Amino acid sequence: MNDILRILDKEKNGVVRAKIAQMLGLEEAQVDKEIKDLEKNNVIVGYKTLINWDKTDCEVVTALIELRVTPQRGEGFDKIAERIYKYPQVTSLYLMSGAYDLAVTIQGRTMKEVALFVAQKLAPMDSIISTATHFVLKKYKEEGIVFEDDEKDTRQVITL
Amino acid sequence: MIDFDKLVNHTIDNLPPSGIRKFFDVAAEMEDAISLGVGEPDFATPWTIREAGIYSLEKAQTHYTANAGLMELREAICAYNKRKYGVEYDARTEVLVTVGGSEAIDAMIRCVVNPGDEVLIVEPSFVCYKPLTEMAGGVPVIIETKEEDNFRLLPGQLREKLTDKTKLLILPYPNNPTGGVMSKADLEAIAEVLRGTDVLVLSDEIYGELRYDKEGHTAFSAIDGMKERTVVVNGFSKTFAMTGWRLGYALGPAKLIGLMTKVHQYGIMSAPTTAQYAAIEALSNCDRDVEDMRCEYNDRRRYIVDGFRAMGLSCFEPLGAFYVFPCIKSTGMSSQEFCERLLQEEKVAVVPGTAFGDCGEGFIRCSYAYSVENIHEALVRIERFVKKYGNKAQ
Repeated sequence: MNDILRILDKEKNGVVRAKIAQMLGLEEAQVDKEIKDLEKNNVIVGYKTLINWDKTDCEVVTALIELRVTPQRGEGFDKIAERIYKYPQVTSLYLMSGAYDLAVTIQGRTMKEVALFVAQKLAPMDSIISTATHFVLKKYKEEGIVFEDDEKDTRQVITL
Repeated sequence: MIDFDKLVNHTIDNLPPSGIRKFFDVAAEMEDAISLGVGEPDFATPWTIREAGIYSLEKAQTHYTANAGLMELREAICAYNKRKYGVEYDARTEVLVTVGGSEAIDAMIRCVVNPGDEVLIVEPSFVCYKPLTEMAGGVPVIIETKEEDNFRLLPGQLREKLTDKTKLLILPYPNNPTGGVMSKADLEAIAEVLRGTDVLVLSDEIYGELRYDKEGHTAFSAIDGMKERTVVVNGFSKTFAMTGWRLGYALGPAKLIGLMTKVHQYGIMSAPTTAQYAAIEALSNCDRDVEDMRCEYNDRRRYIVDGFRAMGLSCFEPLGAFYVFPCIKSTGMSSQEFCERLLQEEKVAVVPGTAFGDCGEGFIRCSYAYSVENIHEALVRIERFVKKYGNKAQ
C-alpha cells in the first residue's frame, strides 16, 4: 500500500494501474482494490492537476493570510477552521504553531478581490483577532514540482 | 614523416578500442533516438551533496589534499564501511581516495602484476579489467559465467583456472552488465577455494549499494580470512549519482594501499578536492537519498524485466546494479546485428553483450537508469522489432 502511494506521490503524469502493478510485481486487480480502499478510507483524498497559471491568459492571484484566532471552548480551532475552508476561494488551510494560528491560502482573480474577501469575510468573523495578508509574487515550486524546471538528460547516448 | 606505428607502445597500440566505438558514434549522432545504453544514474547528485561542493569552493578549499585523500574523508569512508558491511579499516594506512573506481582498479592491477602473471577475469563484466591487465604485462585468463548459473562465479570454475602463475582474481559483483550478484554463501564458496593459496582478490563493489534482494550486499573482505588478501574498490558514482565528480576509493592491506598510493601520487597527485568535500556529506547524511533512488530503480527493474518477458524474450532476473541482460538468441541475430538493426529501424540504443566479453554473445545490456516513460517507449519499440523478425524459439 505504501509502495503504491510512493509511486502515485512522485508521478507527475498520472499513473495507470497496470504500470503500478508491473513496477511492484503485483496483479493489476490487487492494485486496483488497494487504490479503491485508499480512496474509500480517505488516505488518498484526491487527485489534482498542478497548473502554472502564469503561463496562461487567466488572471490568478494567490495570497497567504496569517490569522490569529481565539479558540472556542469545546471546539478549539476546528469550528472556525470549518467556517473558513467552506469558502471556495480558500485553497488551503493549516493550523500552525508559533506567532499565528491559521495559515490560509486564497486564490482570486485580482488583488482587490482577494483583499476584499479578507476584509469582508475573514476579518469580521467573531473569533478572528487579526489578519496579515501576503501576496505571492512568483511560484518557484509547489507540491514538490519546480515550475520552470529545465533539467535535461545530458548524458552520453551510450557509456559502459 | 614520423612513423608512429614503430614508435608508440605496442601493447597499447594493439589494445582494441573500448567496446564498439563505431556503433556508439552512430548512436550518438542519431537524433530522436531513445537510449537504454547509459551506464550511469539518471538522477542528479542529491542537492545537499552539490551544496557541500559549492560551500567548499566558497571557502576557497581549492588546493591539493594529502595524496591518499582528505583525512576527514578517509575516516568517513572507514566509518561508512564499518556501518554498512561490518569491516574495519585504518583510515591512515588502509584507504586510498582515487579518481573514480577505475583509477583504483588500474593502480591495484599495476601494483601486484609482474610480467607473465595470470589475472582471472570473470566475464561478462565491465570493459577495463582485460586491457589494464595487458598494460601491466599480465596475462588475462577469462572465466565465463552463464545465465543458467545466474551469472555467478562458481567455485568449480575458479578451481579449474587456478595455476601456479595465478596472481589475482577480479570479482565484479554486483555485476555490470548482467545485474548478477553473489550471495554471502556464494562468496564463502569462492573463499574456500582461495584459502591456502596466495591468490589476491580485487573486489569491484561499485554497485554494492544497489541490491534489490533482502540479503543485501556482502563485502568480500567481510568473509572470514579474505580481508588480508583483498582490495575492495568502491566509489561515489553509482551509489550517490556522482559520476561526473570522479571519485572512488580502495580499501585493503596497508602494504598494497601503500604501493597504490605511490602510483596515485606520481600519476595523479590527489583526487579532486571539491569532490572530496562533497563526498564527506554523501557518506554522512545521504542514506535516505540512496534508499529513495534504490527504491525507484527497483520499481523500474521489475517493470523492464516484466516487459522483456512479456515480449517472449528470456530475461534473467537481475538483483543488483541497474542493468538487465535479456537473451536475444531467439531472434536468430547476433548481439551486434540486433543492436545495429534496432538502432537503424526503431531508433533505440542498447549495448551488445559482446562489448563485455565473448560470452556476452546472444545478450543485450539495457540500463534502467531512465524514467519509466522512457523505458516504456523503448520497450514498445523493441517489442515491435522482435515481433517483426519473429521470435524463432517460439
